[in-house]
Amino acid sequence: MTPEEVVVAIKDIIETIAPDEDVSNLDHTERLRDQIDLDSMDFLDIVMELRKLYGAQVPEEDYKELATIDGCVSYLHPLLADKELHVTAKV
Amino acid sequence: MKPYDAIVIGAGMSGLAAALRLALFDKRVCLLEKHELWGGLNSFYTLDGHAFDVGLHALTNYVPARTKGAPLTKVLRQLRLRHDEFRLGEHHHSELRVPGVTLSFSNDFGLLESEVARAFPDQVDGFRRLAQAVREYELDEEERDDPSGRAMLATYLSDPLLIDALLVPLLYYGSARENDVDWSQLVVLFKSIFLEGLCRPEGGIRPFLNVLIKRLRGTSVDLRMRSGVRRILHDGGRAFGVELESGEVLEAACILSSAGYVESMRMCGADAERAHVATTDRGRLSFVESISVLDRDPIALGHTAATVFYSTRTPFRYERPNTLVDTTSGVISAPSNFASEKPLKENLLRVTVLANHDRWCALDDEAYAREKEQLADAAIAEAASITSDWRAATTYRDVFTPRTIRRFTGHDGGCVYGSPTKRKSGATPIDGLFLTGTDQGYLGVVGAMMSGIAMANRHVVTASSRTPASTGATT
Ligand SMILES: Cc1cc2nc3c(=O)[nH]c(=O)nc-3n(C[C@H](O)[C@H](O)[C@H](O)COP(=O)(O)OP(=O)(O)OC[C@H]3O[C@@H](n4cnc5c(N)ncnc54)[C@H](O)[C@@H]3O)c2cc1C
Repeated sequence: MTPEEVVVAIKDIIETIAPDEDVSNLDHTERLRDQIDLDSMDFLDIVMELRKLYGAQVPEEDYKELATIDGCVSYLHPLLADKELHVTAKV
Repeated sequence: MKPYDAIVIGAGMSGLAAALRLALFDKRVCLLEKHELWGGLNSFYTLDGHAFDVGLHALTNYVPARTKGAPLTKVLRQLRLRHDEFRLGEHHHSELRVPGVTLSFSNDFGLLESEVARAFPDQVDGFRRLAQAVREYELDEEERDDPSGRAMLATYLSDPLLIDALLVPLLYYGSARENDVDWSQLVVLFKSIFLEGLCRPEGGIRPFLNVLIKRLRGTSVDLRMRSGVRRILHDGGRAFGVELESGEVLEAACILSSAGYVESMRMCGADAERAHVATTDRGRLSFVESISVLDRDPIALGHTAATVFYSTRTPFRYERPNTLVDTTSGVISAPSNFASEKPLKENLLRVTVLANHDRWCALDDEAYAREKEQLADAAIAEAASITSDWRAATTYRDVFTPRTIRRFTGHDGGCVYGSPTKRKSGATPIDGLFLTGTDQGYLGVVGAMMSGIAMANRHVVTASSRTPASTGATT
């Protein structure tokens, strides 16, 4: 996966767990929590999907790295570099 | 057989939500329901060709999609459901009626504020401060000292009539305590009814449940109907499984029970019930409900409100009556007075009043059938006296009593709101056995779903998700 594909992957996961949200307008630098009201349980969902789809393990102490889309890309790209992108949400 | 990660007892709103939530985390779940239908207190039935909902008057907690921080948004999010799947139609207005005063309210809180200003000019400042205090109250799941809701209301309002008018919906829509409600619970109810609002899913509870069931069927959850739990099995203070009425034994690391606290303790055996159940744990409040089918739209009879919460006497009494029913207060629900895409198949008016479970159960069958009709007449006559009389327009009627509620939901005493003592953490004296739904503390459809999700998260999802992450194990 390229960093651009990591963005697609993460937005797809957000779309799956929060089907009422429009992910196309998400700002990449602003905290996700502030844009779409994700709480700590929702981050658990994101981490769960990363594990299910890509086998990527994110330990609890690293959840804070996932606060923004840009944060997700820098943290996840090394973990996902050799993985294929799956898109699951119905867009 | 390999033990389940979790067994959920009861396919009511809380059990369905808990099972669905756990399935999203790939937990192996068995959802056990003793009846042939799901929904529990919010199930449905057909009688002589009429399709009725058991419990649904109004869905509380209505907010538009994407409203931040609202329980409905959280429930939808955590179950990955879309707001528009439920096609929620808002009420145009509802009413609070106490002797001499009618206050209208809608999902725009400004209406109630202006109605209070009109009818109780010297109370409106206090009312605004009350609303502010409710908005600012931080809810948490921990047990803490909880003052009386009635006493707290009296610190903002001095007119007992206004206090009564507000208490009718707050108590009827969620208090297991006689004549009062804990302040924290009052805050939840005030938000859910007045600050958020009332709505009705298009088509009633059936399509609403269908969304959940369809979703559940797409997961690995074992949904087993007609599978009543006879005993909860435990050893050394720790639950490890259940025995069904058929004798079959199922094992699980964790059990979430929506059957109620007292009922769950009883399933743990006579010793557990003796050791852990106090008289104050037993609920006392139940209801009689009548559903009238009308030959015309209630609006044609002058009945325009979606819901009317009334007390024809002051002070308003919310307690177990000494007689079969107390007709001096209640709730009238008109399903057709909620916005809907299609007109309803039938025009209905429902009336709920307080009832005494033990007296209903002491009647022989003949007396039971007779009293049921007579008292439904009396309840409707009193309700009709304050709105409009629909008796002549009635073509069919069904009535259910505390006896019916107990038979179909297994709640002791026909207690819709369960035990007066809520256990917010869900924990019970038996390790590995947790409460969800009614006796954990969240009530109503949205509340029960919220409870199922919260207990699933707390006692199963986070309890185990830490382990693989921190050990770095892959699965
Ligand atoms: C007349 C009436 C009107 C209502 N009106 C409204 C309303 O307008 N709006 C609103 O939001 N809420 C309303 N409610 C309340 C709402 O229905 C409940 O608060 C909510 O549905 C409770 O869900 P629950 O999952 O906690 O419990 P329940 O629905 O009671 O679910 C418990 C389930 O467990 C099953 N069970 C019990 N024992 C066993 C066992 N041993 N083995 C297997 N299964 C078992 C039961 O059969 C049941 O299906 C109303 C309720 C009633 C009765």
